[in-house]
Amino acid sequence: MIHAESAEQHAAGGLAIETFHLTRRFGAFTAVDRVNLVVPYGGIFGLLGPNGAGKSTLIKMLTTLMKPSDGTARVAGFDIVQAPAEIRKRIGYVPQLLSADGALTGIENLTLSARLYSIPRAELKPRVAEALRYMGLTDSARLLVKKYSGGMIRRLELAQAMLHRPAILFLDEPTIGLDPVACMSVWDRLRALNQEHGMTILMTTHVMDEVDELCDTVAILHEGRLAACASPAQLKHAVGDDATMTDVFAYFSGGSIEDGGGYREVRQTRMTAKRLG
Amino acid sequence: MIAPLDFLAKSLAIAQVELRKLLRDPTELVSRAVQPVLWLAVFGQVFSKVRGIPTGNIGYLAFLTPGILAQSVLFAAIFYGIAVIWERDLGVIHKLLVSPSPRGALVFGKAIAAGFRGLLQAVIIYVIAFAMHIPLRTEPAAVFGVLAAVVLGAAVFSTFSLIIACIVKTRERFMGVGQLLTMPLFFASNAIYPLSLMPEWLRAVARANPLTYLVDALRMLMIEGGQGAHGLVMNFTVLGAVFVVFVVVAARLYPTLIE
Repeated sequence: MIHAESAEQHAAGGLAIETFHLTRRFGAFTAVDRVNLVVPYGGIFGLLGPNGAGKSTLIKMLTTLMKPSDGTARVAGFDIVQAPAEIRKRIGYVPQLLSADGALTGIENLTLSARLYSIPRAELKPRVAEALRYMGLTDSARLLVKKYSGGMIRRLELAQAMLHRPAILFLDEPTIGLDPVACMSVWDRLRALNQEHGMTILMTTHVMDEVDELCDTVAILHEGRLAACASPAQLKHAVGDDATMTDVFAYFSGGSIEDGGGYREVRQTRMTAKRLG
Repeated sequence: MIAPLDFLAKSLAIAQVELRKLLRDPTELVSRAVQPVLWLAVFGQVFSKVRGIPTGNIGYLAFLTPGILAQSVLFAAIFYGIAVIWERDLGVIHKLLVSPSPRGALVFGKAIAAGFRGLLQAVIIYVIAFAMHIPLRTEPAAVFGVLAAVVLGAAVFSTFSLIIACIVKTRERFMGVGQLLTMPLFFASNAIYPLSLMPEWLRAVARANPLTYLVDALRMLMIEGGQGAHGLVMNFTVLGAVFVVFVVVAARLYPTLIE
């Protein structure tokens, strides 16, 4: 069990995520190109980059949804290729797309998650109730999710993702399509999960306010490669005296936010935005 | 938790939400009751006047009834995969696949739910057949056998449908393939005429068609005096084996849905 031992050593060393030349190719196209990334436990880590920079592919590999073509990574102390099942028990994931089932009530969605994560029967009800309360959804627990607002759905998804008390929470554009008030409520809850529950958070985003608001470390991906990785303050300082996050983004991604992104990606983003809006 | 128990617990969790959704909106069940009525009351009534179809010692309507039950199970199950494509477009599949559930349990749970839908269809066909005075077997063991065959048949074809969904990945292509498959599966079986009437090549196809084994089992278990060509043990063994193979294949293909 050499793997398990070294896994625990890594966990003790305090690294939530560590990637080693992580690479994913689709045919001739390299979506993620030899990325070496280190994410310590305890913070909120932002993953930025223009559409098509490889953010979603990177997150899919780290959450064990996709296998790397080359290289590997350790997540929560386990290797994504060797021990994906161990990782799945220790992480939570809120995809960019809508993952709550609209034909079920809030409580039914949560109960399904709890059962899929093997939460014992005796603990199931209190944990579901606690997650609902924490996300401010107790009053709408028995309502069908298709009647929820966009912000409520995102908070329900956060409730689902916190049920099994994961060490690391992955979010793919958590506030896409939400109005400013709903955004703030999601930010507030993410901060609470990080500070009160000690969850390490890794999120992709296009919203520079979100980075300023939440992230203590930021990595910028450009054409599959890691272009920069530091705190927002350090990055701003490196770019210029009164640089904003938008300037930082433009500087390291070599152009505008509009660059790249295929038809499918744009379509998916719009669909998500429409459903949440 | 012990692996098989864990597998079963998670399958049941999936099956339960599927059923809850079905019972919340049963429109589909009602609309699916229309087609069997047409087949039995119109097609069956006319064809029972044709004396050229050798149906053994039972009338044509009695011969046809198990075939129509199998057909309604097939037609409902073969489009089951569309729900998975829908879940894929939403992002539900992403969340299920990141959870520590065995992929097989995600597939098996859906098959259980499809089996339950099949049971409701069996109830509908029993009601129609009873109203048309078709000689039905009513011993509990026979009725139980019919229900078991229906659940297994629905599980087989719904899992087949999941496999197609995993391969084609879009709704448009899925509907096309689904339409393309239903009629050949139906006609290349013993559902509305016996194997003995078929040309050799068609009989070979029908023998490779799981629907044939479902119809054969139903004909023996459902109809007073009904006879099968293969025997119950063989029918159930074939359906069971095909189901296991389909679940294994679907579980392997499931993660490719999100790529």
